[in-house]
Amino acid sequence: MKNCFRNDALQKVCGTARFADDLSFPEMAHSVPVYSDFVHARITAVRVEEAQNMPGVLAVQTWKDVPGALCAGQINQDYPILVKDRIRSTGDVVAVVTAESRAQALAAAEKVTVEAKPLPVILDTEEAIKQGAVVIPEGLPGNIINHHKVRRGNPESRMNDAELIIEEFFETPLVEHAYMEPECGICVPRDDGVLEIYGSVQHPFSTRRFVCAYLGRPLASVVVHSHAVGGSFGGKDDTASIVCARAALAATALGRPVKMLYDRPWSMRESYKRNPYKMWYKAGFAKDGRLVSVISRTLSDSGAYTSTTPWSTWRSAAQNIGPYVLEDIKADVYGVATNNIFTGAMRGFGSPQTNFAFEQIMDMAAEKLDLSPLEIRRRNAVTDGSTTITGQVLDDHTVSLVEVMEKTASSIGFEEKLKQSSHGVPGKDGKLYGAGIACSYRGCSIGAEGKDFCCATVNVQFDGSIVMDVSVFENGQGAPSAMIILTSEMLGVPVEKIHYQASSTASIPDGGTTVASRGTLVGGGAIKDAVDKLKVIIAEALKAELVDEGEEIEFRDNRIYGSRGRSLSWEEAGRKMYLARVYPFAFGTFQAPPVTWDEENGQGDAYFSYVYSSQAVEVEVDPEKGSCRVLNIVASHDIGKAVNPPMLAGQIHGGIVQGAGMALSEKFLVDEQGKALSLNFSKYKIPRATDYPDITAHIIENPDPLSPTGVKGIGEPALELISPAIANAVAAATGQRLTSLPLDIKSLHLKESE
Amino acid sequence: MNVIVVNGKEYEIRPEHESLTLLQFLREELHLTGTKNGCAEGTCGACTVLVDQKAVRSCRFKLAKAAGAEVLTVEGLIREDGSLHPVQQAFIDAGAVQCGFCTPGMIMSALDLLYKNPEPDRESIRKALRGNLCRCTGYQSIVDAVELASKRMMTAHITHQYGQ
Ligand code: FES
Ligand code: FES
Repeated sequence: MKNCFRNDALQKVCGTARFADDLSFPEMAHSVPVYSDFVHARITAVRVEEAQNMPGVLAVQTWKDVPGALCAGQINQDYPILVKDRIRSTGDVVAVVTAESRAQALAAAEKVTVEAKPLPVILDTEEAIKQGAVVIPEGLPGNIINHHKVRRGNPESRMNDAELIIEEFFETPLVEHAYMEPECGICVPRDDGVLEIYGSVQHPFSTRRFVCAYLGRPLASVVVHSHAVGGSFGGKDDTASIVCARAALAATALGRPVKMLYDRPWSMRESYKRNPYKMWYKAGFAKDGRLVSVISRTLSDSGAYTSTTPWSTWRSAAQNIGPYVLEDIKADVYGVATNNIFTGAMRGFGSPQTNFAFEQIMDMAAEKLDLSPLEIRRRNAVTDGSTTITGQVLDDHTVSLVEVMEKTASSIGFEEKLKQSSHGVPGKDGKLYGAGIACSYRGCSIGAEGKDFCCATVNVQFDGSIVMDVSVFENGQGAPSAMIILTSEMLGVPVEKIHYQASSTASIPDGGTTVASRGTLVGGGAIKDAVDKLKVIIAEALKAELVDEGEEIEFRDNRIYGSRGRSLSWEEAGRKMYLARVYPFAFGTFQAPPVTWDEENGQGDAYFSYVYSSQAVEVEVDPEKGSCRVLNIVASHDIGKAVNPPMLAGQIHGGIVQGAGMALSEKFLVDEQGKALSLNFSKYKIPRATDYPDITAHIIENPDPLSPTGVKGIGEPALELISPAIANAVAAATGQRLTSLPLDIKSLHLKESE
Repeated sequence: MNVIVVNGKEYEIRPEHESLTLLQFLREELHLTGTKNGCAEGTCGACTVLVDQKAVRSCRFKLAKAAGAEVLTVEGLIREDGSLHPVQQAFIDAGAVQCGFCTPGMIMSALDLLYKNPEPDRESIRKALRGNLCRCTGYQSIVDAVELASKRMMTAHITHQYGQ
């Protein structure tokens, strides 16, 4: 086994890594949120007097105490730090109670009362878009918050040419990130008026934007630090930032450090989740299995606030039918407001849902046309030079979809396993056995959703040690470790020589958010630029000593080499450069290659490159118990280049198991009034150690010419296609198809008596 | 006077602390923040520590019940010479650490298992870790780590017994 490199593993196995709640400061007070019993209502009064008089209470703050904007957000500025006159969801917070101790704050929070007139509660996207439905977002004419289209060719008329038409409705539920560390925010006011923020946040720059918006402060007056974060998976942006902002609201009023720690039920109740989807697909196929037309309509539940729904639904449009070639398509994807807990970014971001639908459609068509699931995919797969549904020609990287699919298929022995599948007829042991496969492609980074750039500094010290700072943040995924490895390879130095600066918003410019599996790609790009510049500086400073005219300096084996046996250690080089008044320091940037998008027809070069993936599983369904066990999982991903293979495998395993949870057990429950029921792990079942088998992961490396380091990304590709692979395997086992998640095996009629 | 031994050091349990959970006492009174709080309801295992060599969920364990007991937390594993316990080292080497929030609890549960069963197979490791949730790793590298630790500990044990 190749040992894994992580710059933060030692402190994490010793229990000395500091997560937000592990930090405390002198004179620190404690804040807690106050929720109401309402889900959708007009507030008539919030009474805080009794709470204010409770022991130890320092402040009870409501919307009246917010100095800046009441509402902020990543796209639409609609999320209230504290609600003013209208409650829109069970997660809305009406007040913040701050006391000397957490226990005192909790006791006082009980005494805040809210009076309000209930409004009709809408929890279903189809209800929400009906004529006359009560409008939930402020200032919009209706509940549709965004609409993405793909328009290409003549799907209506081409549908008439189809030999086979599959029409199906698919549905996916509200899914919780379930990072193991709940939200926590700390604000320490500095004597010069600057606010220092520590928090369990995914992207310090985003937190800074939220804090400054609500507090009405310039960006430069707030510093958000980075430290250990207990997982995010896309989930520690808005809510975690707002928790920090509430701590800052209290801290500025009191002039003292304040910690706001969320317990699990608050985190589950308030934090945004994965958008539930309703998807109607009509797909036409020719006799030979080629896709001829698709018409689809999707409603994505954004909950009460917008967050990133317009972006995640954009991905659902751009990748609407998975990695297949099709000239004629009409797809409509709507983000719809309801009174559910709001939804936003979660690992996969709008593609796990559409993949769940379309990868099943491919299998359904294969069965009807008497083709194998592999053959129908081969006939439709994008290959080098193919045009995507958005009109993008894939001609500048290796389009390896078929390669990864064949790898997965041969590794698991797919054709054979599919033949052995039960198709509804139990084996001698009474169990049903099945194998299933799925494929996907995933646009790299954020694509035409947003601006894609990043920066890094590399700073050689007097003694030759190296400090690097990259605007990419650690959420548990190991991004800094990958950055260190890349730098060590480029400079030919051991990883121990490089110290990763725990970047803060004051140490480096904003590098765009830690999302979309982009960290290694964009951070690596920025590092490459910084290192290239640094090498020029060093070479310039040392050339007189190391090389003759026209010769090059080399960086390898932990030394800097010239010609004719001349070389310097880094320590010697560092000293010489400082004595010569040269800064061996470089700032590097990376800008993603341009992408284009036309909102009107959904055509354009959506992403500059794609990750190709294929996963297959074997399952055993127990008709008696109505349960499904996954027996085997094989995954292949072309991620460009593997920087830290053991860590990459960890990302693949983690993503698959998370996605398998979504396939088989995870559904966040709310009651008919919209109140959260799944408030802790006893009510929200994420996978445990015994639930899934060991995974065989194949990493395929076709370095991407458009990525400076060849790297693409893996965090999300790993998750986005396991649920259809499992659904296809369940169909092969039972002979019946489940079109909503989590797969409800008990709903199938499997027992012979039935 | 009630006392409790934590990582070899004796502490007094003051009457006002008796109603605390062991987790609260460790984190808030002793500032041993290596032990984590993921759910406070006994379902995630992030708070796992050893009480008299047995794994317990400290969030559901009243401090009063621990009176007179010996408690081991993740901070107590590192040896006096600064070297790591084999389980810690194996977690690093096998890539079992991602965000690290579950790690202290996982390590303590793994220790509990290895005391009882020094050579567990993967199946038994998975069973023993069933009470510890991890959202990052998918568990596979954690199982690898426990296997690796077991191998190394057995080899060390044999060398120790029969060496030279
Ligand atoms: S914190 Fe104790 S089991 Fe989760
Ligand atoms: S490593 Fe993040 S929860 Fe286990």
